Amino acid sequence: MKKVLMGNHAISIGATLSRVQVIAAYPITPQTQVVEKLSEIVANGELDAEFIKVESEHSAMAASIGAAAAGARAFTATSAQGLLLMHEVLHWASRARLPIVMANINRALAPGWTIWTDQNDSLSQRDTGWIQLYASDNQEVLDSLIIAYKVAEQLSLPVMVILDAFVLSHTYEPVEVPEQSEVDKFLPPFNPEWKLDVNNPHAFGGLTAPNIYMEFQYNHHNAMLKAKELINKEGEAFGKIFGRTYGNIDKYKTDDADYILLTSGTLARTSNIVVDSYREKGIKLGNLRVRTFRPFPTEEIYDALKKAKKVFVVDRNLSYGHSGIFFEETKASLYNSDLDIPIFGFVTGLGGRDVTPELITEIVEHGIKSEKPENDVIWMGVQK
Amino acid sequence: MLDYEKYLRYRTFPVPWCPGCGIGMIFKAVAMTFSKLEWEPNDIAVVSGIGCSGRLSTYFNTNSLHTTHGRALTFATGVKLSNPDKHVVVFSGDGDALAIGGNHFIHACRRNLNMKMVVINNNIYGMTGGQVSPTTPTGFISTTTPYGNTEPHFNTVELAKAAGATYVARETVNRPRQLLKVLEKAFKHTGFAVVEVISNCHINLGRRNKLKHPIPMLDWINQQTIPIAKAKDMSEDELELKYVVGEFVHRHRPDYFEVYENKVVKKAKGE
Repeated sequence: MKKVLMGNHAISIGATLSRVQVIAAYPITPQTQVVEKLSEIVANGELDAEFIKVESEHSAMAASIGAAAAGARAFTATSAQGLLLMHEVLHWASRARLPIVMANINRALAPGWTIWTDQNDSLSQRDTGWIQLYASDNQEVLDSLIIAYKVAEQLSLPVMVILDAFVLSHTYEPVEVPEQSEVDKFLPPFNPEWKLDVNNPHAFGGLTAPNIYMEFQYNHHNAMLKAKELINKEGEAFGKIFGRTYGNIDKYKTDDADYILLTSGTLARTSNIVVDSYREKGIKLGNLRVRTFRPFPTEEIYDALKKAKKVFVVDRNLSYGHSGIFFEETKASLYNSDLDIPIFGFVTGLGGRDVTPELITEIVEHGIKSEKPENDVIWMGVQK
Repeated sequence: MLDYEKYLRYRTFPVPWCPGCGIGMIFKAVAMTFSKLEWEPNDIAVVSGIGCSGRLSTYFNTNSLHTTHGRALTFATGVKLSNPDKHVVVFSGDGDALAIGGNHFIHACRRNLNMKMVVINNNIYGMTGGQVSPTTPTGFISTTTPYGNTEPHFNTVELAKAAGATYVARETVNRPRQLLKVLEKAFKHTGFAVVEVISNCHINLGRRNKLKHPIPMLDWINQQTIPIAKAKDMSEDELELKYVVGEFVHRHRPDYFEVYENKVVKKAKGE
């Protein structure tokens, strides 16, 4: 059934269709409607789940961990400062190999206090061992949640589904809401191999001495590498049932492109408009959207970029003293390949400043005109 | 008439609160208390967390620190430790002080560091649009409790008393004179002082509970208000959901600096 949904409600409905069993959450702008809608759905008896209104985001993730360890499908959602408060237990969730799925609404960090979008909150969680999927429309938000549980539970890895504050979270778009029966065919009930069970006790989180600690990390890393394959596989399987296919990357007119924009989130949709206008002028521009940030899809990015003359990475985030983070990761992952083309890193749109087609056009013009990037950070749209 | 205008940072006006919000009244009462005590703006640090109450620090023409959710007391602790002679006043809401920052609240009471805390309790997460808080009355509807809150609520005064605060009072926005009186005593007190002020959020609490205009909401608070002297003759059941107002604790216990000076510094010097 087609519905007009805000991004936050797409999350709530995605979680409902995934038949989550425990929800623990704390409200924060711009995530609030996620918990409001879910509390209504649970209270109305439309979803057989327990919903606890915890006292902080740290508790939200900790309760999700407890629930998942006890064998329940757990869900939470947060944003910005809330995600930072969860940081300690984000590590705990992934290292305990618990397949929790959460939504994070990308909001810039304080101070100065802000509620508008950029990606520094989720990218600060890069090394927590979570799979990170960046969505670019509300349909993808809903679908990604369902796929996330399917991937998470096969690999015992947690997944974060990420979307831009306001640009998606509060924007209404037409969304095809899948039938519950169809979702049930795609996503079987959660039945973990290891769980807290009085009849068959297991222990989580025990002391791990140097003689064994590293092997856990080795296994965790290998599971993340397997996720690259599985995200594509389940994204295709989803497509066969629902007609919408997802993968680690999303290519838009990149196959014959001389110049390729590399983007994520909603920046990708703005960039596609710019690609079309360049194509009309006969200039071969393409856009590569990176959907999976962790694990990083190095091989697929290489394949998509290998025929290009130049790459323009657009980052709505910044690693201070170095560069934009997608730029940094792209450049580093291609260093040992045979690819020898200039990769430009543009930083823009921080704290929710609008990134318009005109600004993306400026980025493309700057890139086409310059032989090589003058710096690792090329600021766009900043008042100097 | 007290001249409290020098405590207002006019360039940051207008203030952000909804029309009829009780925070404006608390804002004025605190500014008047600063004036009455003749504290210089530069000798005051106003520290706040997140939520509607968190915005307060922006509008005081004093030193101000607008910190993270629930942590106002911890930031304030650092301010006080580095400036023991200055006045540190902390604003927190019910969400800030009792939910996410509940741990800091009890430890600040226990430690008895010489700071003042004003807990603005509007019984709801107002700024995010009306989700249940740890003080939302049982049975009240919020956006996360569509059929009424089923969880028991905190009693800020009892919590502060049990945790060791040395000045504890509660007032409501309907009682400005009494509020001025307890604020003055709290601010003059040496030790950790807590003043809870029951405030009205007709927009995000009242609206869903047949109290959507300020006057009915203030009337409701009035109906729930019981002076401490009268409460002594009432049973626990009768006091359920009531706001007992007045001064609950006013006692001397060596504050953090006094203890540190006598028990650590003097011992270290061999005195």
